[in-house]
Amino acid sequence: MAEIIDRLEMNHITKRFPGVLALDDVTIHLRKGEILALLGENGAGKTTLMNVLYGLYHQDEGSVLINGQEVQIYEPLDALKRGIGMVHQHFMLVPNLTVLENIALGMYQHSEFKLDLERVRGRVKEVAERYNLSVKPDAYIWQLSVGEQQRVELVKVLTLGANVLILDEPTAALTPQQTDALIDLLRQTVLQDTSIIFISHKLNEVKAISDRVAVLRNGKLVFDGNTADHSAADLAEKMAGREIKYPKIQKKDEYGVPILQVQNVWADGDQEGTDSLQGLSVEVRAGEIVGVAGVSGNGQRELADAINGIRKIKEGRIVLDGEDISNHSPQQIIDRGMGYIPEDRLHEGTIPRFSVRENLIMKDYRRAPLSKALFLRKGEIDSRSESLVKAFNVKTPDIQTSCASLSGGNIQKVILAREITRKPKALLAAYPIRGLDIGASEYVHNQLIQAREEGMAVLLISEELDELLDLCDRIAVMYEGKILDVLPREECTKQELGLLMAGVAHGKE
Amino acid sequence: MILEVVIGVIVGGIPLSASLLFASLGEMFGQRSGVFNLGTEGIMMLSAFVGFYLVYLFGSPVLGIVAAMAVGGLMGLLMALVSVTFKAEQGISGIGLYMFGWGVSGTLFRVYVGGVTNIDGIGRIAVPVLKDIPVLGPILFNQNPLVYLAFLLVPVSSYVLFKTPWGLKVRAVGTTPQAADTLGVNVQRIRYQCVTLGGVMSGLAGAYLSIGQAQMFADNLTAGRGFIAVALVYFGRWKPSGVMWGALLFSMAHALQRSIQVYGIEFPYEIAVATPYLMVILVLALTYKERNVGPLALGKPYNREFRG
Amino acid sequence: MEKSSADKYRELAVSTVIVLFSLMIALILGAFLFAVAGANPLRAYGVMLAQPLSGMFGLTEMMVRAAPLMLVGLGIAIAFRSGILNIGGEGQIMLGVVFGTAVGLALPNLPKPLLIAAVFLAAFVGGGLWGGIAGWMRAYLNVNEILSTVMLNYIAVQVYQYLLRGPMIDPNEVAYGTGVPQTALLSENARLIRYIQGFRLHSGLLIAIALAVVVFLFLWKTTVGYRMRAVGAEPKAATYAGMNVKHNLVLAMVLSGGFAGMAGAIEVMGVHHRAMESISAGYGFSGIVVALFGGLHPLGIVPSSMVFGLLIVGADMMQRAVDVPASIILAIQGLIIVAIVSSNLFLKNPKMRDKVFSLLGGRKIAERDPEGGRT
Repeated sequence: MAEIIDRLEMNHITKRFPGVLALDDVTIHLRKGEILALLGENGAGKTTLMNVLYGLYHQDEGSVLINGQEVQIYEPLDALKRGIGMVHQHFMLVPNLTVLENIALGMYQHSEFKLDLERVRGRVKEVAERYNLSVKPDAYIWQLSVGEQQRVELVKVLTLGANVLILDEPTAALTPQQTDALIDLLRQTVLQDTSIIFISHKLNEVKAISDRVAVLRNGKLVFDGNTADHSAADLAEKMAGREIKYPKIQKKDEYGVPILQVQNVWADGDQEGTDSLQGLSVEVRAGEIVGVAGVSGNGQRELADAINGIRKIKEGRIVLDGEDISNHSPQQIIDRGMGYIPEDRLHEGTIPRFSVRENLIMKDYRRAPLSKALFLRKGEIDSRSESLVKAFNVKTPDIQTSCASLSGGNIQKVILAREITRKPKALLAAYPIRGLDIGASEYVHNQLIQAREEGMAVLLISEELDELLDLCDRIAVMYEGKILDVLPREECTKQELGLLMAGVAHGKE
Repeated sequence: MILEVVIGVIVGGIPLSASLLFASLGEMFGQRSGVFNLGTEGIMMLSAFVGFYLVYLFGSPVLGIVAAMAVGGLMGLLMALVSVTFKAEQGISGIGLYMFGWGVSGTLFRVYVGGVTNIDGIGRIAVPVLKDIPVLGPILFNQNPLVYLAFLLVPVSSYVLFKTPWGLKVRAVGTTPQAADTLGVNVQRIRYQCVTLGGVMSGLAGAYLSIGQAQMFADNLTAGRGFIAVALVYFGRWKPSGVMWGALLFSMAHALQRSIQVYGIEFPYEIAVATPYLMVILVLALTYKERNVGPLALGKPYNREFRG
Repeated sequence: MEKSSADKYRELAVSTVIVLFSLMIALILGAFLFAVAGANPLRAYGVMLAQPLSGMFGLTEMMVRAAPLMLVGLGIAIAFRSGILNIGGEGQIMLGVVFGTAVGLALPNLPKPLLIAAVFLAAFVGGGLWGGIAGWMRAYLNVNEILSTVMLNYIAVQVYQYLLRGPMIDPNEVAYGTGVPQTALLSENARLIRYIQGFRLHSGLLIAIALAVVVFLFLWKTTVGYRMRAVGAEPKAATYAGMNVKHNLVLAMVLSGGFAGMAGAIEVMGVHHRAMESISAGYGFSGIVVALFGGLHPLGIVPSSMVFGLLIVGADMMQRAVDVPASIILAIQGLIIVAIVSSNLFLKNPKMRDKVFSLLGGRKIAERDPEGGRT
């Protein structure tokens, strides 16, 4: 067991990546039994700072002190030995190993010739009882739900002897109710000689859980103080550097005809014998934004793929502007007027190695005026690309620059430019602001509102309730491959959406 | 006659399977750790030559085998350097290694030996008692000692892979290297170990071919066995027992093709020779539905801090 | 615009240096091989690199070898650019030879340009079919294309030998009882023009260069080429943009195999005038080196095939001069492949690329968009 960490200091940490100053002279402290929230926008440097503490990166300048002693942490093993454990935003679990095997991976083994899982089992049991965290030791990770996997992560770091816990956006995949449960659990944990650093960009959580809050912006520490002394609005302003007002839609009295109709659709899951979509129905009218709320992993990706012809459906119909497009090819569906902003913007939305110019023509390269017969027309393509880059304010050195070297926000602008200027009848946007900073998010939202004004039918898949409540005329809640309910915006509360997202339907337990 | 053919196929097939088994078990460790080594064929060629040459010079099969394994290990190390440290495209670098092994063995063979020469390699050793079992005894227990070793390595590999801390690390590194890394497992080191081990085993496979099975060396002696060994890992679903059944299946097919010739059955010789290769393709094609059980990180170099 | 073309030149400079550096490393390692094989490496390299260039025979032979290498290399570049690795050049060449020779023998009296075109087409079909099998299996059955193409090589060898010993054998060989496994000679109309009396240099080289230009135009100026590159660069995004990845994989392998097949036709019509054993001389594998060394770009493959034509001819001369088997060139080519793919680390990583560039004496470009790539 590592010694108890009474005081942890990270002093003047600076970290550079090619072309980016990720951390600029950041200093934070943590005392035993404290919960420190690390607050900041996406890309502010929170995760980078914690990866330095955990030994995944090494700082270019600055030092880390434990109980006043300077320590060198070059590898995760160094951090683990000193009692620092980290739960990453994307769980670090090996899916085809059991829970015990996953934990054994980090534990010292007395013999190289015999894997002693029984000793691991004993330790896990101890920790599980002490912190009241139940896990199934012999289950494979792939058999577990997201919530269970998170418990495994917590048990893992605690079993490995961590007394400083770093949690990177631990609630990202949880429903509001599960989040509350986690917060209670963390509160109990700190009572037992453990301290917690907790990364988030969600203000309500930070308020609810932390004793102290450190705010990062653009790689710099801009604030460090007691949570109780500052309001959420105050913190938000510190995080963004200015007062933020997200765009909201105006109420409409009338909508157009139904454009996108998904009717009782069933589709297979990736694992054999499972259905990812189980009789799902949803409808979007012209000039309307319909949100799909839900914890990710409940079939959202499969829904988007099915609508765009990438996943076959077994039953039901998908209709676009009166035409049945069920199981048509992606090309046919695009030709019928479907636009798509996919979840993974770098690898699904663009070809990272291709230039901005080549990415902008991906859906229209076969059409006049961009090509004639079989040949691409350079002049036309160049002028179209130049004007799109200008119109959508894409920050790029020029149209020849590869998309991989643009920031997330600018990649999303390239995709928006390509999709929206095609004037699709329906537009599907999957997590369009995930990982974007506030400015870029605002831009994306304004574009979606603009599309609505122009009469497009927009289907917005998101797990951010604020985003959905700002933008959507109606919100459909998705759970285990079905839409549980569709609520007009005025009638939704976060509480209610949260319950539905957890699978609790009206009138039922 | 049918019984005769069947027994002939089994008797002929078992010894043929040893080289496939060595190479394939080695490749399995590499793939389990996430590295796809297509250079196996080249490693086998070069080590078959080295093993052969030392026996030719000094008459010591043990020396030949050890040297062949050392050469195989060095080539495995080279593959590890290229695929793990330099993060090169593994398919193409394997082909580079194949051409290297082929070229070097062919060149040195012509320079130092010249023509086909027989050597006194390792002969068969019958296992006392067991060899007296009726029917099965002579079929199973009168083999080259390396054949016993090859089959012994099947349970040993299983144990190492599934029951030791190192095996656990190998399985984790090949599936989710990030997770292993965050727990202090040195991803690069495990991959180096596995690919080098794979090289050593391919070296042994090559040595068995020249010293044990053929007792001579000729250009292109391996005849694609290294590639077949790679395919067998897929066929065996990354499990030692599966690999073993695959190796037996292919060497029996090979033996069948030989006995067709022996029994003078009317069949074009070339087509018979092509059959095992055709089988590999068919087997790969027929098992496509089960393909996603393999190591998820297979073929993907691991980057902790690469920011493109 | 100015900046981006500067960027382009910078990248070109860095890749050129890296590729040459890889060649150097491979040659240095190759020197050890020569030493092990009992030859003076300097003398061996001297003969290998200089002798072909110092006489008409060497120069023309270099170009004779360059023609098939260029075609195979072009085909391999098409496949690699489309995201599929074609290691089956050897087998595809043989199928091209079989199909091409069959047509050439069947229609001996067709006018020369027509017959040559017909032989090329037949060879393209033969190689394309053989490549297409692997492409189809990769696309629809998810069979690793490297393994399938390698296996198809072994099968092709057997099929080829079977045909040459049996159905396609020269009737004279049977009549005289010599039984050399080769076909009858092609008619005069099926032979490419030879330019210089007494040397084998033939018009196949010009045809290959013309095809390199065609491939360049195809990949970068047509919609189909754009689509194939898109599928190769990022199959997911291509799918989402409505492109059919599977069709493109098959098409890429058909084209790639077709080019290898045409390389076979060039050897038949330009050099041997018949199909015979070991006609390919390892061009299927050397073509991989040619393609990589040429940066997978048609205009880089033209000079690259000359370089390897030189090495192959030089190796033959070296064999006579210092008595080391020419097969050593195979080992050196293997080393070159390994060195080039290893150097991708430097090409893909901007940090490394900048470092290499500044080592070359160039200035670093200004740091990019500060938001770049942060998560």
